[in-house]
Amino acid sequence: MPVAVRLEHVSFAYGPGAPALRDVDLTVERGEFLAIAGPNGGGKTTLLRLILGLEQPTAGRIEVSPRRRGYLPQRAQTPIDAPLTVRELVSAGRVPRSRLLGPARGSDRRAVRDAIDRVGLGDRADRRLATLSGGQQQRAFIAKALAGEPELLALDEPTTGVDVEAQEAIAALLQRLGRELGMTILYVSHEFGAVEDFVERIVLIRERVVFDGSPSDLPGVWHDPSHAHAAP
Amino acid sequence: MLHLEFMRLAFGAGIVVGLLAPAVGFFLVQRRLSLIGDGIGHVAFAGVALGYLLDLPLVLTALVVSVGGALSIEGLRARRRAAGDQALALVFYTGIAGGVVLVSAAGALNVNLFQFLFGSLLTVTRTDLAVIAGLGAGALVLIAVLYRPLVAVVVDEEGARVSNLPVVPLNALTAALAAVTIALSMRVVGILLIAALMVLPVIAAARVAWSLRSTILISMAIGLASVLAGITTAYYANLPPGGTTVLVAAAAVLLAELRSAPAHLLHRLAR
Repeated sequence: MPVAVRLEHVSFAYGPGAPALRDVDLTVERGEFLAIAGPNGGGKTTLLRLILGLEQPTAGRIEVSPRRRGYLPQRAQTPIDAPLTVRELVSAGRVPRSRLLGPARGSDRRAVRDAIDRVGLGDRADRRLATLSGGQQQRAFIAKALAGEPELLALDEPTTGVDVEAQEAIAALLQRLGRELGMTILYVSHEFGAVEDFVERIVLIRERVVFDGSPSDLPGVWHDPSHAHAAP
Repeated sequence: MLHLEFMRLAFGAGIVVGLLAPAVGFFLVQRRLSLIGDGIGHVAFAGVALGYLLDLPLVLTALVVSVGGALSIEGLRARRRAAGDQALALVFYTGIAGGVVLVSAAGALNVNLFQFLFGSLLTVTRTDLAVIAGLGAGALVLIAVLYRPLVAVVVDEEGARVSNLPVVPLNALTAALAAVTIALSMRVVGILLIAALMVLPVIAAARVAWSLRSTILISMAIGLASVLAGITTAYYANLPPGGTTVLVAAAAVLLAELRSAPAHLLHRLAR
């Protein structure tokens, strides 16, 4: 499989303090669904931001081949203080794939409708985002990212504040979308119980890569007991 | 009232300003930059002072200096050289200090600066109206044409950056539009109060609207109604139009708050 993301000896520090990441090597193949987990402050979000080009490494080399990238930031929400419908949110995600000037074309409107349907919010497309549950809002943000037809989808703590059932539903949705659309998915979370049945590979980060392999190879003590399928 | 030419000119300029100010202000409010209009207003004061000193058209000098100030604020923010409020404070105070020094150097401290600070019905000339209508219409068309990318940036700036939208130029354009709005509005509302006309109608509209698009359209309607009511009141009560216009816009916020309060209460009770 062609490589989507390659990090070689990457280190990063915010200012002159201790590095957030040290000497990280990581290769992600195209179409892979990868969970990046670890403790709070362990460097997961930093790693994701480096891959997306939002930060520059202090050492090492990063190659990211997919040009179309979708991003769900931590606690995905908009800063705006005005009513925003699901359709308007998702339409904002379509803009990078459409012409910049003038109104949206019919094909863009269809792509937006398709993205909303894919996450199961077709009957709520014209509802205000603020009136939806936390899980539904996360689905709306996933639809926003999908509307841009990303080859690489990066999600930072996409299930924060969402109940366990909704977490697993979102993980299953991502697995299905990844397969249907051939996307490479990077799923960052401080706990991975919700995704370990759905991802092919888990990378644990604590400044460095401390585990990289199949969820079934995880030591038992690292499994999350809040999910029914976790190992004993 | 409309048989007087100066009132027709004031209303003409007011219509453009009433529509344009909230349309630009919508993007500032959503980016939590409600006070940028105040900062640019103070820079516009330096522009007016420069016009006095160099004996140039005041709208022109205010326009050039305001756009420069707005782009400086945006540049400092974008390069993370200063937090948003620090960048604003730097340009804000430099603008007002520069204005005072320049006005003094021009020997114009005895000029009636109040007409620029709070607006005046008597100051809009035919040339001013032509400039205001031309630039104002151009700015509104630009907002309509770039509405989708501008919204994409305010909804999720980092997401827009990751997906390679031209975020920096779009933010610079928003700041420049704010500067143009302020320079065009100083005759009608005054440079100290124009920021209110960019912000208050948007706050009121957000309380009663049902989507982003309806918010911007309702805010423009409130802005227009505020200016028309403000100018009419100013004429009959012999008051500065800036003050009356902004008070009408503030009343609109209060009314919108009262209208949305029962709905919020019902929503809370239902939960």
